[in-house]
Amino acid sequence: MVGLLAEHGDDAKPLAGGQSLVPLLAMRLTRFEHIVDLNRVDELFGVSADNGGVRIGAMTRQAAVETDDAVADRAPLLHLATPHIGHFQIRNRGTIGGSIAHADPASEYPAVMLALDGVAEIASASGTREVPAAEFFESTFMTAVAPDELLVALRFSAWNQLAGFAFDEIARRSGDFALAGAAVGIGTDADGRINRAAVGMLGVGPTPLRASSVEAALMGLAASDADPAEIGRLAADDMDPIGDVHASVEYRRQAGSTLVGRVLANALAQVSTEAGNG
Amino acid sequence: MADQIPLSMTVNGQTRRGLGEPRLTLADFLREQANCTGVHLGCEHGVCGSCTVLMDGEAVRSCLLFAVQADGADITTVEGLAPDDETLHPVQEAFRDCHGLQCGFCTPGFVVSVAAFLETNPDPSDDEIRHGIAGNLCRCTGYQGIVAATRQAAATMKGSRQS
Repeated sequence: MVGLLAEHGDDAKPLAGGQSLVPLLAMRLTRFEHIVDLNRVDELFGVSADNGGVRIGAMTRQAAVETDDAVADRAPLLHLATPHIGHFQIRNRGTIGGSIAHADPASEYPAVMLALDGVAEIASASGTREVPAAEFFESTFMTAVAPDELLVALRFSAWNQLAGFAFDEIARRSGDFALAGAAVGIGTDADGRINRAAVGMLGVGPTPLRASSVEAALMGLAASDADPAEIGRLAADDMDPIGDVHASVEYRRQAGSTLVGRVLANALAQVSTEAGNG
Repeated sequence: MADQIPLSMTVNGQTRRGLGEPRLTLADFLREQANCTGVHLGCEHGVCGSCTVLMDGEAVRSCLLFAVQADGADITTVEGLAPDDETLHPVQEAFRDCHGLQCGFCTPGFVVSVAAFLETNPDPSDDEIRHGIAGNLCRCTGYQGIVAATRQAAATMKGSRQS
């Protein structure tokens, strides 16, 4: 497979679930001399528990991610985000690796990968390398994966502290691309102080983004004292939205930061439920 | 022109063979070589859902698959949902009873999607039904009838499972 990519370079494109690439081909927005279909490459499919985390083969269908127990247990944000992707017919074909390699700034998995500090395993004819999420998304639709390379798997570490996770997005209709979305993970120490804050955002910049102002404001706070609406408003400064026919820059900034606050509130509520159970 | 590739798949229980370039979509193969013209092509880029078929039991958009990718697969189109020519599938019956169609163009995609949706969610709430049909577009905007049809089909299918 990587041999074919090495041979054809820029002229070849790997085909994963085809739910983004095939529309682009159908609309003649892009064309390739060679399409390398990955759908019969068995070793790219499947989820395995991995060293305290989870390793997900790039061709694992979104529908499989949605129902996988190891994902729900070890990377709950992925589990929560998946139902927001397209429609069930899309998730039956669409893959996690395809979504992340396509790197649409409005799609769900890239923002989750960034928030969770996921790691991409990238293979080429000369071997395999690992790229952390923070270095993976270079610009809109551009990633660290070179034309002769293939994204083969994603790895996510489980959080080993008390934690809460939440995901939501704003879209005009169910299944539409999100105008703005947020993926939030909050971890606390035994005293309920926030010692890890992960806030990924989609649809509000040229790439998925982290709301670093929000994360910084949360660190060290008692989870029960944090005012999510107020802290969420800080996210407006972390965004770099574009205006288009669907929403203006100002709308995306305002709706997006309000959404960050709401999703943060849900994640904080989850932490206190967990604490109550513990 | 690229080479013609031999294709073979099961379509509505029968083996169908054909030839096609790698670029041939599954939707075009089904319509032009397997005579399944119930597979409707609305947008041809994965938005409208009219071309929805079951591939190995799962609802997929056949305009976003190449026919070569379905080589060896088991495909069910709207023509193959009912057990025979004299019978309608409960979802088809419900669409007829509840005025779930107006011009009818989107109907095959809706029927296949709803049949698949009710397999995974046999007892959906109205809200779940609305999410479940969100991947199909009806340009007549006849959604009330489609929601009612889905509700009726769920009840019928549940009844027949219990009996």
